[in-house]
Amino acid sequence: MKIIVAGDGKVGSTLLKQLSSDKNYDLTLIDSNSKVLANTIEQYDVMAVTGNCATMDVLKEAGVESADLLIAATSKDEINLLCCLTAYGLNPNLKTIARIRNPEYHDQTHMLKDRFGLSFMVNPDYQAAREIERILKYPGNLKRDYFAKAQIEIVELKVFSGSPLENVKLKDLNRIVKCKVLVCVVMRDNKAFAPDGDFKMLEGDLIYITAPTETLMVLLKNLHIISNKIRRAVVCGGNRISYYLARALQKSGITVQIIEKDYDRCVELAGLLPNTTIVHGDASSQTLLRSEHIDQCDALITMTGLDELNMIISLYGSHAGVPQVITSIGHLADSPIITGLNLGSIISPKELCSNLIVSYVRAMKNQTGAANSIHPIANGQAEALEFVVDGNTFHCNEPLKDIPLKKGSLIAGIRHEATNTTEIPNGNSSFQKGDILIVVTSSNNVVYQLNEIFEK
Amino acid sequence: MNYRMMGKFLSQILFFEALFMIPALCISLVNHESAAIKGFLITIVILTILITILYLLCKDAPSGFYAKDGLACVGITWIVMGLLGCLPFYISREIPSYIDSFFEIVSGFTTTGSSILPEVESLSRGILYWRSFSHWVGGMGVLVFLLAIASVNKRSSGFTMHLLRAESPGPDVGKLVPKMKQTAEILYLIYIAITILNIIFLLIGHMPLFDSICTAFGTAGTGGFGIKNDSIASYSPYLQNVCTVFMLLFGVNFSCYYLLLVKQFKSVWKDEELRLYLGIVFGSIALITWNLHGFYKTFEETVRHAAFQVATVITTTGFATTNFDLWPSFSKSILLVLMLVGACAGSTGGGFKVGRFLFLMKNLRRNIRQVLHPQKVMVVRNNNHVVNEKVVDNVNAYLAAYILIIIFSYILISLDGFSITTNISAVIACFNNIGPGFDAVGPTCNFGAYSAFSKLVLIMDMLAGRLEIFPILILFSRSTWTHR
Repeated sequence: MKIIVAGDGKVGSTLLKQLSSDKNYDLTLIDSNSKVLANTIEQYDVMAVTGNCATMDVLKEAGVESADLLIAATSKDEINLLCCLTAYGLNPNLKTIARIRNPEYHDQTHMLKDRFGLSFMVNPDYQAAREIERILKYPGNLKRDYFAKAQIEIVELKVFSGSPLENVKLKDLNRIVKCKVLVCVVMRDNKAFAPDGDFKMLEGDLIYITAPTETLMVLLKNLHIISNKIRRAVVCGGNRISYYLARALQKSGITVQIIEKDYDRCVELAGLLPNTTIVHGDASSQTLLRSEHIDQCDALITMTGLDELNMIISLYGSHAGVPQVITSIGHLADSPIITGLNLGSIISPKELCSNLIVSYVRAMKNQTGAANSIHPIANGQAEALEFVVDGNTFHCNEPLKDIPLKKGSLIAGIRHEATNTTEIPNGNSSFQKGDILIVVTSSNNVVYQLNEIFEK
Repeated sequence: MNYRMMGKFLSQILFFEALFMIPALCISLVNHESAAIKGFLITIVILTILITILYLLCKDAPSGFYAKDGLACVGITWIVMGLLGCLPFYISREIPSYIDSFFEIVSGFTTTGSSILPEVESLSRGILYWRSFSHWVGGMGVLVFLLAIASVNKRSSGFTMHLLRAESPGPDVGKLVPKMKQTAEILYLIYIAITILNIIFLLIGHMPLFDSICTAFGTAGTGGFGIKNDSIASYSPYLQNVCTVFMLLFGVNFSCYYLLLVKQFKSVWKDEELRLYLGIVFGSIALITWNLHGFYKTFEETVRHAAFQVATVITTTGFATTNFDLWPSFSKSILLVLMLVGACAGSTGGGFKVGRFLFLMKNLRRNIRQVLHPQKVMVVRNNNHVVNEKVVDNVNAYLAAYILIIIFSYILISLDGFSITTNISAVIACFNNIGPGFDAVGPTCNFGAYSAFSKLVLIMDMLAGRLEIFPILILFSRSTWTHR
């Protein structure tokens, strides 16, 4: 499949990182900055075209006439729209995805989607706000990945000292938490591995648990992780994510306070969000945070444009005893130096946006057996993939204990579409056509096709 | 420096080198050449042992391969390939000295075509084949071959750009299609197709099959090892003309052929480098023909020799149909200039490259205009695209490195006491991967008389010329080997 990515910015390069690892995609990248491009082509196996992506000549040079998909991810909404419009004019069979960030354009673009030749729109800020909202609604400082239309989740839990999980063998886990879950990956000393039943969890381990969403609530309750319901949230930084987030939280009755440095932006936000308290001030000042009673809020979300500032404020928030801290990190979000810090849940807007586009691309490819979505877990040392079982899949209707799986691969969850049930598989489970499988593999043997996880 | 990753590459390359020796071995077997058979067999055994050791040592190499590693890897690969590829010559005692064998095979792989052998007809056929085949595989590059065959590390495979850039010459190397593997495949398919076409045309002219294959290999890689003592001179005029045409074809940027395949005739027609290349070729033929008036009996013969020599020199092949050392000095001067210019970027030819020359001239023109009109802002254009200033800078840096290397090598080999013309043309002929020079290294002579030290200098020149200087140059830099 031929894909053109316009814009080599944050989202563009994250997309390339994810898409270029799949050998089925021919990627061409357009950007007006040749220095950025030179850097990118030394990292990924892609072709680069320098120029304005909204012009006919440049698009033609990038081969738009024979391309299957165009992803416009420059920093300017207008350019993205014009780019899609022009490309669609050159090739009516082309699918286009545009990144539209400005809330003012959101509704009208949706209405005029067909006229602009758009197949799909993504709004990274809106996605990030949705994700934060989700984290806040299911509390517990968790990093969560959703599968099978959010019916199955993989959550990251840290084994604290004194936790009911400490010094527990995995085979006894289900008895202790009184529900059926599966630990698919454990990370100890920055090394991820797949544990067996005799594995004993120790303090400091990061464990990745697969569970159906409803079971997860039981699990969290039984582990005493669930804290009080969130009533008051403080957001540091008044960017677009904060706006979407405040709007959404307000609807569910949570009081939101936004701290923003720029006075004009404060006025603007105050106009847009009548029920939100907008505070003008520097969120990095401890005095201000204390005077805003940060220690008494239920959630602190750091959303300023600077990673380092977010980290500092979050550390302060954790120190002050805020039960739920969420940190937005643009760079190095999956780096081990960050997971070691007490930053609460970490979200990376560019990765969320990129994940969304990648899952669209995979679904669009409609190639039998390819993964619907890929979620890196455990600092990228393992991957959780979602597959749909189709007619070509081997071993349908066979019990799992008889199916030879490749070393390092694990079926962590099955969603039975026929009966509309979700199951954490055991040796007697089986899958049939139409089911959704959650597969966890180590990143060393990348899997592209479902059948690749089976030993021949 | 990721040594283990490098070792992994090296083991793969050596595997292909061993594989490439098998046809040569078969030819020796068919012709019952016991010395050559022994040479190839022992070499293949040595290679197999080395491959196994390297593979076992390096099989789980850490990822993380960067520009520096890529460049150094190319340089080391070529040197090791030469050190081991020359073993058949040495073990079979057909070239008794190891340094001579090394010189000969490096001259083959780098498609230079300079030889230390006074005569080649006594060599066994397997050895002759291996000599010519080294041109063919060196012409497009072994690492490019590896890229086409093997799927290199799926993640972060952007570093393959460095491998392509180092082996595919030119100021501004780019991929033809988004995937590196496909780009390499396309390049090799075009290469193979034109080579086969060349063999067919030679066969039509009643050249024996073995001669056709070897000559086509020499032409395709723009190498120049012949299998006759007088190179191409004893073949019929038809065969000489076929060689002329194909040498010129292999001197064209391969992306032009790709553009023809995807039916972009207009951009090929408008390609400035191609136009300049053809202009230089036809201009030189015309001038030399005029200058050679009365040198040969007929006009046809004059044009044929002029065209052949121009083609062989500008594409840096190094075949010969006549001893151009006897030509009048104006014609010789033209040939000397053509030696320096070389073929098109992205071709199998060597030299400074027409494309770089073009950029240099355009930059010079800009600078002259800037003197007259200091406030004027100008950019360098190529094929109606603005050329990145960085590319222009790189061409300038390349010129500096190019001249410095010629000067240094010239001084070093002058220790042997040959004439100035001999020395300077020997350096130019090796560094630009041409083959024969003038005077004592002219088309009828050879490099055998130089001392071992001079031969080593010339070997380095050949490698530096083939790999566009920097992969070899950085091997001499301390910061390549340390973390400073």
